[in-house]
Amino acid sequence: MGLSMTVALAGNPNVGKSTVFNALTGLHQHTGNWAGKTVATADGAFRTAQFSYTVIDLPGTYSLLAHSAEEEAARNFLCFSEHDAVVVVCDATCLERGLNLALQVMEICPKTLVCVNLLDEAKRKGVEIDLRALEKSLGVPVVGTNAHDKKTLKRLTERLDALCAEEIKTNPKQLRYTKPIEDAISLVEPLAERSFSCRIPARRTALALIDDDESLIAELDKFKTGSSAEQEALNAAVERARGLLQSSGITPDILKDRVVSCILQTAEEICASAVKRAERRVSKADKVLTSRIFGYPIMILMLLGIFWLTIVGANYPSEWLGTWLFGLGDLLRGLMERLSAPAWLSGILIDGAYRVLAWVVSVMLPPMAIFFPLFTLLEDLGYLPRVAYNLDKPFCKCRACGKQALTMCMGFGCNAAGIVGCRIIDSRRERLIAMLTNVFVPCNGRFPMIITIIALFFVSAGGVAGSFLSALALTLVILLGIFMTFAMSKLLSATVLKGEPSSFTLELPPFRRPQIGKILARSLLDRTIFVLGRAAAVAAPAGAVIWILANVTVGNATLLGHITAFLDPFGKFIGMDGVILAAFLLGIPANEIVIPLCVMAYMELGSLSELAPAQMRELFTANGWTGITALCVIIFTLMHFPCSTSLLTIKKEAGGWKWAVLAFVIPTVCGVLICAVVANLARLFC
Amino acid sequence: MKTLDNIAVGERAVVEELKTSGAMRRRLLDIGLSTGAEVECVGRSPMGDPSAYLIRGAVIAIRARDCRGVVIKSY
Repeated sequence: MGLSMTVALAGNPNVGKSTVFNALTGLHQHTGNWAGKTVATADGAFRTAQFSYTVIDLPGTYSLLAHSAEEEAARNFLCFSEHDAVVVVCDATCLERGLNLALQVMEICPKTLVCVNLLDEAKRKGVEIDLRALEKSLGVPVVGTNAHDKKTLKRLTERLDALCAEEIKTNPKQLRYTKPIEDAISLVEPLAERSFSCRIPARRTALALIDDDESLIAELDKFKTGSSAEQEALNAAVERARGLLQSSGITPDILKDRVVSCILQTAEEICASAVKRAERRVSKADKVLTSRIFGYPIMILMLLGIFWLTIVGANYPSEWLGTWLFGLGDLLRGLMERLSAPAWLSGILIDGAYRVLAWVVSVMLPPMAIFFPLFTLLEDLGYLPRVAYNLDKPFCKCRACGKQALTMCMGFGCNAAGIVGCRIIDSRRERLIAMLTNVFVPCNGRFPMIITIIALFFVSAGGVAGSFLSALALTLVILLGIFMTFAMSKLLSATVLKGEPSSFTLELPPFRRPQIGKILARSLLDRTIFVLGRAAAVAAPAGAVIWILANVTVGNATLLGHITAFLDPFGKFIGMDGVILAAFLLGIPANEIVIPLCVMAYMELGSLSELAPAQMRELFTANGWTGITALCVIIFTLMHFPCSTSLLTIKKEAGGWKWAVLAFVIPTVCGVLICAVVANLARLFC
Repeated sequence: MKTLDNIAVGERAVVEELKTSGAMRRRLLDIGLSTGAEVECVGRSPMGDPSAYLIRGAVIAIRARDCRGVVIKSY
């Protein structure tokens, strides 16, 4: 162990940057096969014989010319934060675009190492890269890697050591612009050198000043050092340089172009000498998955298939877990009796906290443990960008962005994650639309609830046919949610978030062979345990609270009785009852607990020894549930106020309580209205 | 004047110039659509828009309205 070094990891989206990061640091940062997954910087650490490294994983960007939040974050880190070296990860299958970024990074940080990743994938596609020639023309060390191959990573760390120990001297390829631009830069460069104290080379600063790159200048201003006379001289030089460009016919727009084209051209030239490629063809799979005829049916079938597998697979483990956990509960109660604990204590702990917890675990864990890996599989394959591609047109018609399809998909896992994911949408207006409508997709906390109610009230058949019908019903519910997403996006675009759709560019990455082991580990550990942990943390205290509410008597009724009696008229009006509404309100911290809370509240009136489906149906019907009640509960589950985590996330991401309030109101109003219509129509006709 | 939205699936072209400005121009340049770049239209989404283009080794979806700013000449 030696000196500590800080290394920044930069790269285009989708080049396996996060995989390299994980392989180096062993930290499990989640990576996805679509552009813009890493939205904030993450850091990890590893050691070599020489140094102990801190690695900063920068968001994936195509350039550093800073026009999106990710680009700005990456650029600001490279320009202004302390670091000893930069590793730029490039995709061997499209090196040119990677080099476009690498050249810009090298312009700011001479101590750069270029890591050409996905070499094996490139080889399969007939792309050959002469790493030595590449190293020569770039003037910085180049290492070829396959992120899953430890040997190649060892080469990477060896050369990184050498770079940090300054055993390798770099001579980065300089970007040379056309004569008028070079002349303009040389007018400003010497003055820029004196006016700012930061690590950016004066040449780059000069260009930013001439180009009037507002976001970079705002950052640079924090590092001003020169006297006011020097600042004035600098401003005068910038004006002269602009005049010079103007007189050669280079307007500000043309200047930006020339700069970008020069970088692209340099990258192109370097590639021409170092890369031999066979043409990339579009796979047959893509032709089918995005075809006019099969595109949409396949999407719906995939959804149906995933839900079917989830329902079929979760059935038995759920039952088994339920029996086992409730059995354990009885044992625990027996134990408490033997210790002669007071009745109220075992009531709070066992009948309250433990029972709700057991219910949440037995109902939620199996579907999650099946759904998350299946979903991660689709993500790893690269299917999700195709969904966004297929759905862009309808989203565009609602004046929103096709990438909203990606955040919608993330919402199936967890709405809060979907809301954070909205950062991949560039336009603020479209991003807000995506955040506010994300909750119309039922997350993993809610669709097992919908499955439970479907199984109790609508699909009585068992076996394969039953599970297929359940999956079909669930798919219909989700299609309703997707329909509401479109309708609300359109409504928002016409009212509070008026505007035209902005541009849309989305990379369709090649399909990648998923790594089953990694998928299982990641989806089970990172997602399932995380989401379940959060639900469980809420379930136990909420169970205790509702037990207290149900057992403390004030006046002629229990506290719960007062609350539900108060909510009952409104609940009845929208097809449900006071208990259900109270459960939804208490379920704000985690929706998973709504049904168990209902069960608990009803049980105070009747009695129930175990929670087999037949007994649950009996309990619910005894408390006045009909098919219409069940339908309204399903609709309200799909459309009601988001959980507290989602609300806080919206407040943070959108920058204000206003948006969180709107996110609370919109789905609630939709749910209340639809339920009211359904319930009152049913009353008229039944 | 032919623009990128006018090429058929399977057809190739070379970028002549960009007729947009501001953020969209930057976006297009970022994905590699600079003067002289080769482009091939490789597919259309089910509703006919956006289309997928092979640009410098990567397949990228772009909407027709954004493609109208990219002037091309035949390959």
